[in-house]
Amino acid sequence: MADKNGFFDLSKTTLSRRTALKGIAAGAGLALAPGFVRYSQAQSSAPIRIGFQSHRTGIGAAYGRWYEKTSAAAVKAINDAGGISGRKVELVIEDDGTDPARGAEVVNKFAKQHKTDIVFGTLFSHVVIGSAPAAGENKIPYFVVSEGHHVASTKLNRYVFQPGITDVKSQIQSMAPWIAANAGKKVTQIFPDFAFGYDHRDYLPPALKAQGADVIAQIAIPPTESSFTKYFPQIPAETEVIYHVMVGPAVLTFVKELGEFYGSQRPQLFGFMDSLEAVDINSPGLEFLDGSHFWEGSPRYAQPDDSAAQKAYRAAVGIDDNGAAVGDPKDISTASHMFGCWETLYVVKKAMEDAGYKGPEDRAKLVEATEALKEFAEGPEHPQGPKTFNGKIHQCFGIQNISKVEGGKLKVVHKTKIEDGLYEPEGDYTTQAL
Amino acid sequence: MRDASPAKTYALHIGVIVLLFALNFVLPDYHQGLFARIMALAVFAMGYNLLFGYVGLLSLGHAMFFSAGLYGAGLTVYHLGWGVPEAFLAGVACGALLALVIGLLALRTSGVAFMIVTMMFAQVFYLMILYFAGWTGGDQGLVIQQASRVIAIGGVSLDLTNPTVRYMGALALFSVVLLTTLALVRSRFGRVLVAIRENEERTKMLGYDTVANKLIAVVASGVICAASGAAYALLFGYVGSNFASIQYSILPLLWVLLGGAATTLGPFIGTLFMYYVTDITSGFTSAYLLIVGVALILLVLFAPKGIMGSIRERWLGWLP
Repeated sequence: MADKNGFFDLSKTTLSRRTALKGIAAGAGLALAPGFVRYSQAQSSAPIRIGFQSHRTGIGAAYGRWYEKTSAAAVKAINDAGGISGRKVELVIEDDGTDPARGAEVVNKFAKQHKTDIVFGTLFSHVVIGSAPAAGENKIPYFVVSEGHHVASTKLNRYVFQPGITDVKSQIQSMAPWIAANAGKKVTQIFPDFAFGYDHRDYLPPALKAQGADVIAQIAIPPTESSFTKYFPQIPAETEVIYHVMVGPAVLTFVKELGEFYGSQRPQLFGFMDSLEAVDINSPGLEFLDGSHFWEGSPRYAQPDDSAAQKAYRAAVGIDDNGAAVGDPKDISTASHMFGCWETLYVVKKAMEDAGYKGPEDRAKLVEATEALKEFAEGPEHPQGPKTFNGKIHQCFGIQNISKVEGGKLKVVHKTKIEDGLYEPEGDYTTQAL
Repeated sequence: MRDASPAKTYALHIGVIVLLFALNFVLPDYHQGLFARIMALAVFAMGYNLLFGYVGLLSLGHAMFFSAGLYGAGLTVYHLGWGVPEAFLAGVACGALLALVIGLLALRTSGVAFMIVTMMFAQVFYLMILYFAGWTGGDQGLVIQQASRVIAIGGVSLDLTNPTVRYMGALALFSVVLLTTLALVRSRFGRVLVAIRENEERTKMLGYDTVANKLIAVVASGVICAASGAAYALLFGYVGSNFASIQYSILPLLWVLLGGAATTLGPFIGTLFMYYVTDITSGFTSAYLLIVGVALILLVLFAPKGIMGSIRERWLGWLP
């Protein structure tokens, strides 16, 4: 983590004689040097500082750790290739405790104390939404990797972007054609009774309807629930597909109890990998998922047809063929989401270079340059796949993977098209003042 | 508590307010923002202290009063397009009404039962926020746009997103609540509350209607906490269900215990201390909550009356 530069900073309270002498010498040098030249040199060579709002503690900690790993790998790759406009990139990390109030303070801290160029990296929706006002007030670009629909809803502000990961509305919409064509036409949804579940509750039925399929029952499970058997009789007998998006530690119990309820005669199962990020697919109790299908953002397991860029990305981040940390097979990554950090940092690089970004005074230019981006080609900078970017709603659109659980691994059986996930924009950030 | 001349007591409190006013001009930007947040939340702690410190009623559900204010103000701006002053009053009114209803029900219990009943009501409130996610934004919450956070008085418009205006707004609320609670605890009513805390039966025998007095205290406490919540929504622009979770019922208790229960300045000192311990230690380790925990344990062991409580006990017996 980079050093602090504000008051109350305990790490800087000691002043040795040597440090003092160095300081005096440096001060004298600065005083003698022609001011303008010194200034322009500092501008051109000082590192670009990216404030990384990390979920180091709290419910997002498993994601936070992998987001840090991926971002560090991306920064290393960018720096090894010459940095951004020839300047090195430096990550300044602060823990937000996966808490929206603390998140807003962290954004203020980046803007006012660390004086970073941008803020980046947040995943959990409530932290993004809680922090967005602080980003807008400080007029500091805020690049999130959250997959929530909040950015694209245009309910936040002009400084918030999501260019490296698709949003949940687009993901759900992309799944509908495959589900209707391959899994079944009568779908029962089981989802947690809070916002993450509501996205699926609200966006899936119209998307399936358009494909000639129907949601025949929606079962919301309270977030405090720890046993699920009593909900299963509500699943209609004619159900052909159970669409499940339970998240959190209870997911293991959920799957186990669903298995006990159905035995070997079960409908098709379709889920979102959010349920099992950082969880081993071979954990006891998850056997029932064998043969079922999942949405994946970026595949956890190495695939036979992986591109060279995907292979290079996996090696740089340090995940093995099973999606676990190299050297620690039990440390499962959050592969479906963390690629977004890698890709977002390359979008930041592109936008800064397009804007001729020199320092915080160019933040408005950076916003406009990001809004002007249109597409990102698949390659080392975008290993998950090609993407388009809608500058009016600050959101990217990309391909999705549908994977089947087979022999204790996830095998990609279908890749959606970018067009499958497009929808009508709900607003336009570019009409807001900078 | 030894009695001090009112002049000395008020001078101290006004001195604190003047000091906070002056700090606006010297604090670095980041700390100016942090102080605004601390002052807004210290009001929450002061509301909690009125009930916990002076009446001796330990509630584990005050997050519901804070979030009644938060949502009362936030939702009227978000859905009805109300102005800042009306929204603030709506938040306070929600808190008052909720406190009255909860007070009437919860005051039928006392001690541990009171803790449990308040906690359960707060949980109901929290789950209702999640249930009505279409209106409240559920666990993700809502953003109050910058354009909605401007007060227009005559020809002057005050933008609450401006750091100085926000600081002064938080200071104004903090000052009003600080001086009001000071006046309240020094009044006859305040003495009755302390009497109830010390011996409710005896107070009853002396002819006081203890239930009515406790109900007034619950409503006053709820109103102050709601004012804090309403101010928080309008000053910082975010309304979310985590403010209604159990964590935000425990936090004011910790702030008050740290600063000193039944001291007027304790809630502010406790909030300030806890915020800065978190802010500084989180820069060094991800185990900062452990450090906060150790600090709390040390305090309970060596200064069980909190910071201001210990100062009062050892040096300044006249502190209110």
